[in-house]
Amino acid sequence: MAALRPGWRTALSPFCRAFTGPRYQLAPERGAERRDAAPSRVSRFCPPRKSCHDWIGPPDKYSNLRPVHFYIPENESPLEQKLRELRQETQEWNQQFWANQNLTFRKEKEEFIHSRLKAKGLGLRAESGHKATLNAEEMADFYKEFLSKNFQKHMYYNRDWYKRNFAITYFMGKVALERIWNKLKLKQKKTIN
Amino acid sequence: MAASPHSLSSRLLTGWVGGCVWHLERRSVQESPHKFMHLFRSINKQWITFQHFTFLKRMYVTQLSRSLNQQVKPKPEPVASPFPEKTSSSQAKAEVYELRPLSPPSLSLSKKPNDKELIELESASIIEGSVDVGKETKDEKQWKEMKLHVDDLPGILARLSKIKLTALVVSTTSAGFALAPGPFDWPCFLLTLVGTGLASCAANSINQFFEVPFDSNMNRTKNRPLVRGQISPLLAVSFATCCALPGVALLTWGVNPLTGALGVFNIFLYTCCYTPLKRISIANTWVGAVVGAIPPVMGWTAATGCLDAGAFLLGGILYSWQFPHFNALSWGLREDYSRGGYCMMSVTHPALCRRVALRHCLALIGLSVAAPILDVTTWTFPVISLPINLYISYLGFRFYRDADRKSSRKLFFCSLWHLPLFLLLMLTCKQPRGGGSDKGEPQS
Repeated sequence: MAALRPGWRTALSPFCRAFTGPRYQLAPERGAERRDAAPSRVSRFCPPRKSCHDWIGPPDKYSNLRPVHFYIPENESPLEQKLRELRQETQEWNQQFWANQNLTFRKEKEEFIHSRLKAKGLGLRAESGHKATLNAEEMADFYKEFLSKNFQKHMYYNRDWYKRNFAITYFMGKVALERIWNKLKLKQKKTIN
Repeated sequence: MAASPHSLSSRLLTGWVGGCVWHLERRSVQESPHKFMHLFRSINKQWITFQHFTFLKRMYVTQLSRSLNQQVKPKPEPVASPFPEKTSSSQAKAEVYELRPLSPPSLSLSKKPNDKELIELESASIIEGSVDVGKETKDEKQWKEMKLHVDDLPGILARLSKIKLTALVVSTTSAGFALAPGPFDWPCFLLTLVGTGLASCAANSINQFFEVPFDSNMNRTKNRPLVRGQISPLLAVSFATCCALPGVALLTWGVNPLTGALGVFNIFLYTCCYTPLKRISIANTWVGAVVGAIPPVMGWTAATGCLDAGAFLLGGILYSWQFPHFNALSWGLREDYSRGGYCMMSVTHPALCRRVALRHCLALIGLSVAAPILDVTTWTFPVISLPINLYISYLGFRFYRDADRKSSRKLFFCSLWHLPLFLLLMLTCKQPRGGGSDKGEPQS
């Protein structure tokens, strides 16, 4: 998770303050996980110079989320900057959560399969040489256990995600209105001149 | 180029706000990067050109510093990435010096590489170098500009509003309308369909707006427009608003306030109850069943203006149908649900999942018997619908007993044809009333 810039945080309305709280709650439980967090893959993508849009990439290998490369316009207003930073931060936060979640799932699933196969007295490889797997009914126990184990984590995540999603959309609306307003002012100036 | 998309936008998106938002999202000052792509494709055709060498040198060097693996695959990948202007020669040099600690297996870079050595290495392994570049370029090629094209908008909005599901919802509403007693009023019928369709589009769009990261992680939903970035969340919400407001207005003032209220209630139930509840408790399935049951009730209230027994019967039929349909579907998605944090019966209470599915298959038989009792259909209906009801109950029983993927899939696919056939049979057995445009005299 990217470190928050204090100026950004204080400058924002209560909308943002609403979800800075739970993040501190998230921090303690995340601390332990961060040691084996998924490797964060910095995007090496550079969009063409002439493009002035955001670019969206292929799904990440670990988190399945698509990274966005944000365009920074030359005349970026403070509001636009806040929006971009919020989106960037949310992207990193989401990436961290899901990469972690998926890797943990994969790891625990492997461990479960190994332990069950061992209990059955079977090796890790079937006779055909392929990796031995359990059928869906045997895996059901694992799925149930994994879901209940991560329930609380998902509750925190859901709450934070909803808040962030609303905040981003709200600021997108504000930016859109700001742009309309600026365009109208420009048009007015032109007609006056 | 500037004028036409504006008019198109106002035509495509109802509502001034929606149109303005779309316009602002679109920045059409620059030309597309297509010209660059053409330039570099033509360069690829002439292998041995100086520009190509220099460009490759830069790309090769930058790629080498990024990855240690050199795949020796003699495949000339097109080096069609329009990004070299970003890597200046000084930057390339800086990355060359970074190579010192790296030692890729196929090259011996024990000495500090200089330009001459690079060109030598390059001529020897120009193909291998370009493969890694190709791999990186392929990845870079998958990056898409988040620019909304007007031509794509209808398709994107159709997927955002889950148009197929909306069509199914509208057809259940039309069944409810057609089964209701009284003369068949065509204008009212059409207004109901359009209003319900718009309400459904709005609800589905909000649902997708809420679920972006979860949808990304499930195979079934990973190609949705918001997940792929084809549309912004703001636009999705604006679209939903532009559908909900006219939809509900049509239902309230064009049909009757009761239908309008049911429409609003259903949108609320789906977006604010069912969607968040999916991640909190298995009760979401029951709430979702109510969401599915309301459209035919809306059809009935549109025709009759009141919530009587027939409306509840139709609602009950759709409610019961949801369980074999959804429980069977969810059986094959347990891994995705578990990983994504969805609380579904199939994961947490598998036995309950199968029991409920069977229970409601049997309930459908009971409801088909209730239809003539409530004077919705004639007594022919429970008789002729018995075969299909028995069949789905049999599949429900097999699913309950076997609890495997095969039986769940069979039950799911059966539910897909069972519902339309069931409703059609109901229509053919509709209780004739005075002055109604019946579907034909049923035989008793």
